[in-house]
Amino acid sequence: MEHVVDQIINGLQLGFMYALIALGYTMVYGVVKLINFAHGDVFMVGAFVGYFGFSQWGLSFPVAVLTAMVVCAILGVVIERIAYRPLRYAPKIAALISALGVSLFLEYFSSLKFVFGPNYRVVQRPFEEVQWHLGSLIVTNIQVMVFVTVLIMLLILQFLIYRTKVGMAMRTVSVDHNAARLMGVNVDNTISMTFAIGSAFAAAGGVLYAIAYPQIHPFMGIMPGLKAFTAAVLGGIGIIPGAVLGAIIMGQVETMTSAFLSSQARDAIAFAILILVLLIRPTGILGRTEPDKV
Amino acid sequence: MPKATSAKKTILFLAATLAVYALVRFLETSEIINPYWQRVLDQALITTMGALGLSIIYGFTGQFSLGHAAFFGLGAYAAGVFDKTLGQGSLPMFVVSLLIGAAVAGLMALIIGLPILRLRSDYLGIATLGFGIIVKVGMDNSSKFMPVLGGATGMSGTPQLANFDWVFWFTFLVIILVRNFVFSSYGRACTSVREDEIAAEIMGINTTKVKVLAFVLGCALAGLAGGMYAHRYPFLHPSSFDFLKSFDFLLVVVLGGLGSMTGTIITAISWVFLLEGLRFVLGETFIDFRGVIYALILVVAIIMRPQGIFGGKEAGFLIPKPLGSLAGRKGGGNAGSAT
Amino acid sequence: MNSKLWIRVSLVMVLALALLATGCGGKKEGEKKAAGTDDKTIKLGVLAPLTGDVKTFGESSLNGAKFAVEQAGGKVGEYKIEIVTADDRNDATEAVNVATKLISQDKVAAIVGSVTSKTTIPVTKLANDSKVVIISGTGTSPKVTVDEGKRKEFAFRACFIDPFQGKVAAKFALDNLKKKTAAVLYDQSNDYTIGLAQNFKDSFTAGGGQVTDFLAYGKDDTDFNAVLTNIAKKNPDILYLPDYYQKVSLIGKQARSKGINAVFLGGDGWDSSELDYKTMEGGYFTNHYAADDKSPVVQKFIEQYKTKYGKTPDAFAVLSYDATNLLLNAIKTANSKDPVAIQKAMQETKGFETITGGKMTFDKDGNPVKPAVIMQIKDGKQVYVATVAP
Repeated sequence: MEHVVDQIINGLQLGFMYALIALGYTMVYGVVKLINFAHGDVFMVGAFVGYFGFSQWGLSFPVAVLTAMVVCAILGVVIERIAYRPLRYAPKIAALISALGVSLFLEYFSSLKFVFGPNYRVVQRPFEEVQWHLGSLIVTNIQVMVFVTVLIMLLILQFLIYRTKVGMAMRTVSVDHNAARLMGVNVDNTISMTFAIGSAFAAAGGVLYAIAYPQIHPFMGIMPGLKAFTAAVLGGIGIIPGAVLGAIIMGQVETMTSAFLSSQARDAIAFAILILVLLIRPTGILGRTEPDKV
Repeated sequence: MPKATSAKKTILFLAATLAVYALVRFLETSEIINPYWQRVLDQALITTMGALGLSIIYGFTGQFSLGHAAFFGLGAYAAGVFDKTLGQGSLPMFVVSLLIGAAVAGLMALIIGLPILRLRSDYLGIATLGFGIIVKVGMDNSSKFMPVLGGATGMSGTPQLANFDWVFWFTFLVIILVRNFVFSSYGRACTSVREDEIAAEIMGINTTKVKVLAFVLGCALAGLAGGMYAHRYPFLHPSSFDFLKSFDFLLVVVLGGLGSMTGTIITAISWVFLLEGLRFVLGETFIDFRGVIYALILVVAIIMRPQGIFGGKEAGFLIPKPLGSLAGRKGGGNAGSAT
Repeated sequence: MNSKLWIRVSLVMVLALALLATGCGGKKEGEKKAAGTDDKTIKLGVLAPLTGDVKTFGESSLNGAKFAVEQAGGKVGEYKIEIVTADDRNDATEAVNVATKLISQDKVAAIVGSVTSKTTIPVTKLANDSKVVIISGTGTSPKVTVDEGKRKEFAFRACFIDPFQGKVAAKFALDNLKKKTAAVLYDQSNDYTIGLAQNFKDSFTAGGGQVTDFLAYGKDDTDFNAVLTNIAKKNPDILYLPDYYQKVSLIGKQARSKGINAVFLGGDGWDSSELDYKTMEGGYFTNHYAADDKSPVVQKFIEQYKTKYGKTPDAFAVLSYDATNLLLNAIKTANSKDPVAIQKAMQETKGFETITGGKMTFDKDGNPVKPAVIMQIKDGKQVYVATVAP
């Protein structure tokens, strides 16, 4: 039944979109054990910077994406320095509240007139959407771009974390800060690096998102951030492949529910399934249960 | 210096409560406080009731719940629709509707809590967040199974019976209830679950029962607060109970200090007044800075005091009986440790 | 331990003092205003979402209202008009709070606002109970003026109600465009879209048409591929998208991407210069007035608004402008600050010249009797097509 395949592709597109954001989320959590609520809003800033890049500053698309990534990397480091580092050894919930505050700040600040302004801006794509027909299926160049980007991100992260010294430092820091220090790891820099990379990925996700769903506004990051976070948890928060897996599953569940069950109940059913999965695998699908030391 | 005996503290607290009540009533009738500030005060007290519920769940039992606004909303709709259709503006029915609001919320908490409360912290947060979203979708489509609920067009018509008297004294009752719960052996079981669940289990505490109890009680309080809200604000709309509202409750409980009733109460009241107060401070030209300043204050406050303003400590009447002297601690009379 | 307690106590004291200061400050300001207000100043409250996710609609509304007062020279008859703005953040609770402030602290004689029905409905109840006239430019739910079967006499609006627009669109699709099948896509959490969608469906089916799909999405959705793929399957003639311009732009683009060739149809939420004209090319929408109306009144308004605010007025601005003018006219007729007199004058408004309604009269429900126009998006502009009377 060709329409089912159509919907599967729709689901994959949505899923990979979530994956773009979820990867950054899960990576930061993996190292710092912090749910960075502001991630969705860094994603928004990235989308805006990219948009300004290719529509107002005359940059070519790849350069615009890179600019967005650089700007957001800096933004991420600054946020970490100001709002999270002071709370690093405080109760975890304090950092979470701080993240919430940063998220709200980015949203409201961006909606001020002299910043991005509250308007919903239509994004004119800097390149045309191309559709390839494989039999009766339609695949667009944007979908391919998103898919390829997720793959690249995944590969970069896997390589970075398991094959480089920086990655090793990240893994060490995620286990024990003091031990890491004793081993000569600069914990501050490692964490900053983590945020920089995570934010850069969020920015890339933001620009691609703005291309796929061509509209940007200061509050655009709330829902995608929430869904991506859910996806990351679903797959096992802190586990890189888990983010992609969780995102793909969420994309499929949402799309299939909307297409074949009920478009109204979509979110309700998606989250109900999430809860069911968590009841069966309490730490996410790929999650490892860390034994509690008594 | 000998601390006040608990009997003295109780009398002091009651006296203070009566004094505050009398003061506000006086200010109200002499028109020094106008209906606007009266309404803000009522909203602050309603928020306090709801926040105390989350305080029991998260502050004292350590259950990270991100769906509190959903229970608030369930209580609001339940109480609202009951009083609207069956109440006809009578006061006894008003009280009944509040209890129904609490009961509905509590029942939902029981149903959802039994399976999900075994999840650990962040995952429980996601599960409760998901539940909140499910409830919101249900509210948006409620007109399909019960037209009077209005769905996304909202529901009006609940008799607006909650004036300051009702709100104030119910808040007072809730505070007493929460205090007595926290002081009771159940309350201590809750804190032990928060501190170290495995140790608590080993000591013979039925942690599942305790967690569910705390969750149901906390959500029932949210439902009660919601019912009160429905009787003070003439219109209920699903968007007032979305996950962003749950963050508001969480914020109040954390900023106030986990494990502190005093903190929750004072922060809840202050936070509502702060948000309204920002209108005046900013004036017309800078009104769109309201959200920015609100967010900044949040970040600065939590960085300056990560344990919350009253982190783990209580004040006066809310300080539990001195167990400290038993453990040989100096200055016994303060509540358990801050987390 | 003691010093820590003192720090905490002083923190709370500071907080409390701050609250008191703002409370009293606000009050004193209010008192000052009241004292400084002589008998010849009328305070007009303008309620709108000036912060939050629909800040852009709120700003337009505020601009429209301010513009109207400015054009009237800031006075009506012998009364000076003073605007008091209030932000409701598009939240029902805050709207009630701040409306209470406008009524009891600022003592406004009338209110213009708010923008969405969910904030307007409770506020009109409040205003009605306090006997303060309120007119909303864009609150389209019937409950704004009539709730629980009872008319809120002090509540009015300047726009049509949802049922009317849905009906008009259906009639246009059947009779003028001669289309037989339609798919409807609406936001399940937005009563405006629900109202239009439901009424369109009912009228379209009653008129012999067939609604192939009646599907919903959520407020924050940006990916509509699942529902659009389903809609595309049945190849409807019309795709009815009764949402605001920013959602519609998104949906339209994805619809075309999915190979949907249907004619787009929508409501007054489309009216904005920020609609994606390229994507919506060829689409029709029901509106209050035609931007290319050659009438000098309309053209002058558009020109002057553009000069002052740098962009063409959208539906929110224009309706707010008309709402304010209707109010100012009522005040002039009543020639008094007394809200009861203003209400009477308001209800008895007959044939008042507005931008969006021609000569406007209120019906018994406080809703304006005015025709709708059908506009088409053509060559990147809005083009007038037809007028449909109620």
